Amino acid sequence: MWRREKREILIKAEDETDPRYGKAPEERSVKELLEYGVVNLDKPIGPSSHEVVAWIKRLLGFKKVAHAGTLEPLGGGETPRSPGYSL
Amino acid sequence: MRLHGDVSDDKLLKVLKEFEGAIYQRPPLRSAVKRAVRIRRIYKIEVLERRGRDVLLRVWCEAGTYMRKLCHDVGEILGVGAHMQELRRIRAGCFTEEEHLSTLHDLVDAYHFWKEEGIEDYIREVVLPVEYAVQHLPKIVVRDSAVDAICRGAPLAVPGILRIETPIRVDDWVAIMTLKGELVAIGEAKMRSEHIMTATKGIAATPRFVVMEPGTYPSMWRGAKKA
Repeated sequence: MWRREKREILIKAEDETDPRYGKAPEERSVKELLEYGVVNLDKPIGPSSHEVVAWIKRLLGFKKVAHAGTLEPLGGGETPRSPGYSL
Repeated sequence: MRLHGDVSDDKLLKVLKEFEGAIYQRPPLRSAVKRAVRIRRIYKIEVLERRGRDVLLRVWCEAGTYMRKLCHDVGEILGVGAHMQELRRIRAGCFTEEEHLSTLHDLVDAYHFWKEEGIEDYIREVVLPVEYAVQHLPKIVVRDSAVDAICRGAPLAVPGILRIETPIRVDDWVAIMTLKGELVAIGEAKMRSEHIMTATKGIAATPRFVVMEPGTYPSMWRGAKKA
């Protein structure tokens, strides 16, 4: 439901990861962060979620921005968004 | 919620309690989804404040529940009628008001600080790594060799799995991760955690939303064209 479950980690096997490919999230450059990022946006009351996405694309020049869950135009409050990547 | 008539506190609380649990809803005329009657769950309704006909409610509910319709229906049952006056979403999954809530101004300012001045601090507070969005999902960590196939939509087989978080039940959403902590895809579990641990083969999960770009990790398929 809404409570976070307590999780245990089980190890099935061990292996190494090649440093030549991929990168830990904390090490991403800002450019990379913007390609794989989410914003917890406090949407203003008035515009629809779709409009806000359009503004972000225009203001920041991003090609792919999506929102996760519409909120009615009368609704304000947080709406997660991903700039740079659409889910 | 604004009531259209006067009701006692007792009656209000009693009726609100009746709405906890499963309810029927048909999306309104102005909606993005198909207008079929559907069931949604109201987990809890709390009255935060009341001033005459204005009632401030906090509702814990399933995604896709229309608060406007809820207020209307509560009004119907109370007999006096009611409508939703104002709405604010204070939580969606792991996204809350307490952590990293940013306004459009914050986003635009932070972006310009970086673009024009090279200052990273602000943008990194506003834009979070996509991995943040799956913190509430159970994780399955996979070998490097399994990553690219998943990026291209292939199901995840047991031999590719290194670690899992429990509990995972069949049909649960899982976050498929690399050893470096990157999100590869969000998938649906096809085996439960106990079964994954004891099995040597079989499909453990199928990707539903791929996040990582194919080619980030090398393709390990025999005979495949090298990127």
